[in-house]
Amino acid sequence: MKTNDVIFQTVAKVVFFMIIFFAVHLFFAGHYYPGGGFVGGLLTSGAIVLLMLAFDMKTVKQGFSVDFKWLISLGLLFSAGTAAGSLIFNVPFFTHAYDYFQLPLFGKTSLHTAMLFDLGVYLVVIGVTMTIIQTIGESE
Amino acid sequence: MSLLHWAILAPFIMASFVPFVRKKAAAIHTGWFVLILPVVLFVSFLQYLPVTMNNGSIMQTAAWIPSLGIDFTAYVDGLSLLFVLLITGIGALVVLYSIYYLSKTKESLQHFYVYLLMFMGAMLGVVLSDNVITLYMFWELTSISSFLLIAYWFDRDRSRYGALKSMLITVFGGLMMLGGFLILSIMGDTFSIRELAAQAPELNNHPLFLLAMILILLGAFTKSAQFPFYIWLPDAMEAPTPVSAYLHSATMVKAGIYLVARFSPIFAFSGYWFWIVGAVGLFTMVWASFNAIKQTDLKGILAFSTVSQLGLIMSLLGAGSAALHFDSLDDNLYTAAVIAAVFHLINHATFKGSLFMVTGIIDHETGTRDIRRLGGLMSLMPITFTLSVIGAFSMAGLPPFNGFLSKEMFLLSMVQLAELNLFNLETWGLLFPVLAWIGSVFTFIYSMIIVFKVFGGKFQPEKLEKKPHEAPVGMLISPIVLAALVIIFGLFPNLLSYSLIQPAAAAIVPSIIPNGSQLDVHISFWHGFTTELMMTIGVVVIGMILYKFLPKWIGMYDYFPGRVTLNKLYNASLYTAERGSHSLTKSYMTGFIRSYLVYIFAFFIAILGFTIWVKDAFRFDSSNTASIGFYEVGLLIALLIATATILMAKSRLTSIISLGAVGYSVSLFFVIFRAPDLALTQLVIETVSTALFLLCFYHLPKLSRHEEKRRFQIGNAVIAAGVGLIVALIGISAHSTKLFPSINEYYIENTHTKAGGENMVNVILVDFRGFDTLFEISVLSVAALGIYGLIKLRLEKGGEQNENE
Repeated sequence: MKTNDVIFQTVAKVVFFMIIFFAVHLFFAGHYYPGGGFVGGLLTSGAIVLLMLAFDMKTVKQGFSVDFKWLISLGLLFSAGTAAGSLIFNVPFFTHAYDYFQLPLFGKTSLHTAMLFDLGVYLVVIGVTMTIIQTIGESE
Repeated sequence: MSLLHWAILAPFIMASFVPFVRKKAAAIHTGWFVLILPVVLFVSFLQYLPVTMNNGSIMQTAAWIPSLGIDFTAYVDGLSLLFVLLITGIGALVVLYSIYYLSKTKESLQHFYVYLLMFMGAMLGVVLSDNVITLYMFWELTSISSFLLIAYWFDRDRSRYGALKSMLITVFGGLMMLGGFLILSIMGDTFSIRELAAQAPELNNHPLFLLAMILILLGAFTKSAQFPFYIWLPDAMEAPTPVSAYLHSATMVKAGIYLVARFSPIFAFSGYWFWIVGAVGLFTMVWASFNAIKQTDLKGILAFSTVSQLGLIMSLLGAGSAALHFDSLDDNLYTAAVIAAVFHLINHATFKGSLFMVTGIIDHETGTRDIRRLGGLMSLMPITFTLSVIGAFSMAGLPPFNGFLSKEMFLLSMVQLAELNLFNLETWGLLFPVLAWIGSVFTFIYSMIIVFKVFGGKFQPEKLEKKPHEAPVGMLISPIVLAALVIIFGLFPNLLSYSLIQPAAAAIVPSIIPNGSQLDVHISFWHGFTTELMMTIGVVVIGMILYKFLPKWIGMYDYFPGRVTLNKLYNASLYTAERGSHSLTKSYMTGFIRSYLVYIFAFFIAILGFTIWVKDAFRFDSSNTASIGFYEVGLLIALLIATATILMAKSRLTSIISLGAVGYSVSLFFVIFRAPDLALTQLVIETVSTALFLLCFYHLPKLSRHEEKRRFQIGNAVIAAGVGLIVALIGISAHSTKLFPSINEYYIENTHTKAGGENMVNVILVDFRGFDTLFEISVLSVAALGIYGLIKLRLEKGGEQNENE
């Protein structure tokens, strides 16, 4: 029996972007409001999973030709690299630095090395979640 | 970090370039590139000679883990310099030799040279470290590189067996040694060997002194292949011959000797030290030389001979410890033993190194190392023959080679022991010279076997795979250099006396040498008709006779029971350990995840419940609890209904969705108690994991509730209830007990001022407790890769089986 899921698929296409934007928002808001790399990453994976449910794994894989295992290593590199980066400045491992800048368009903005670290977390979470789901989903 | 530190690290740095060189310059043998390093190191370390010749030393410290008192301290004195020169000098010759031994097209040279350089660096680290922890680290690294080199031809069963054996035995010894180091450093409150040696008299009276000594000796004996741990060395001969020459004869197996020498200033006052080191060494010497004779593999003979010679040096170090019991240098006979040990160490490296290389040549040119198939090569390989005569005659202790000199000194030291009035030697002393003499006779016999069974006798071309001819010149250079040294050291031993031997010996027995003076080292051929000369003549005469009639008494070895050898013991214990752990594991690993959950939760309940009961830890304090309102009750009811649905559901889909409902209800609790971050995370996790469950759902077998046995259900119910109860009890007690002020004040104060954030939860995650997060994402990554590996591997294996069908 062929299921008719036109509505689901159409809605998913739109909602996908809404979730992704929300995830990015959560990620950037992390240091001041609820959110952060972990939730952001999970939500992003949630969005991709939604697409996978609406369509199927192969279609989604064509859309995202990313090897999620690479995201894991990239993320770990970011996180460990940020932590180790402080050694270059001769301060203890994992010392963060931050300052406030006046940027065009954004106004007063805080730039924080913790965000780089969080970016690593974000990528690892997407990588891990999607690797697991994809691996289990693909195995027949 | 000083230049000295870089010298130790240089081989490791070099090793990282080897694969690129191999790839980019495949036309040139990688060995030429590697060869530069040991030569440069050898020459640069020669510059330290003037310092150590005056019994001076150089120390450079670089902080490594200062909070634990572990420094990377490089220390050069006579003893370490001697070893450094051996490591780099023999290393250079071995690399040169390997260029001709290993084909650049067939072998994976990058592996070989990376391991070899790794070993070189580790060995330099061992002999130059003053800090015991650093020493231990490098020590284990030599075991690991030895393992990799023995298993270099890993497609051979024997190679893998030998590699594993050497690894198990030497690492066992290494761990024991670490224990000894730790005890010693606790006793002396320092990790520095020099500082420990300075407090040797106090350490001697410590109750743990003997234990530390035995543990450290275990490390030395396993590494230097002393009885009963020597069994790994013959099997290590599966390594390529350059490796055997380098690691398993000239350097690595001498690490144990180094360790004994290095710790002599600390332990040697003790009578136990004298007896253990001396007796084990001497027994090893006799036992191994006796066993060498029955070997048929040329490298097997050399392996046992190495064991035997190591025992000889070890026994000399034991005998030398007697020197410490005499205060003055004048007429202190026993320093001669230490000098002999150092001298023989150098000699052994030269003659055994050349013999190994000669064996490699024979193997390379004839295709076999079996002495039953070899013979009559004298005219075919004249240079090789000359080299092996020099090496073997030196080993047998014949003039004019260097082995004669140190063998005489060895016999003299053993004779003198019999006259020593210490450690109950009045009664047992005579055994030392007698055993030493017997060992020397066997040594003579197997040395003759090496020369005359291979080069003398009848030529048997039909038993050889290749047509034998003389080796290429490049392969001969290294053994020629070593053989030349055998003769030069034999004729002019005093070249070494004050440049290398005296400084090294002085470092072994520093306490009896007054400041500014030196040990008297004078080595000469002719002492008159002394006891030791008579003994040597006896060795030669009896040895000749026994060699002549070898076929008559070789059958004697058959009377030794083949069943009770140490190798059988090793194999049997390994087999038992493997089978035992296998059947133990099989008894509880059912393959059902629900069984594992039952184990885990049963332990969880037992341990935590027991602790709560014993410590009387349960507390209930209702003064600080939130009020229960409408939402809480409502959510609780929803939670209970959802949970009940999971249990009752007939279809799995219902269960999964109900499980999602449970999760969402919990996250609503977070909302009520104002934890937005948690609520957010929980909601997303529930969503994703429900999706994941739905995916897995596809693969799960059909749910069949009615087939489950009653007992199984009741057991699960008990466990589940127990876990719930325990967690609830802990939660309530934790909330009701305030043993110390909460850390949240700290976070409230510092989140904005120090970390520049507003959201405390996130700041904790990325900043205050960033380490946790870093390790958590690492664990997550490992888990993801694990799942990927498990599922993909399983599929591939299944696929293979299908193909076979």
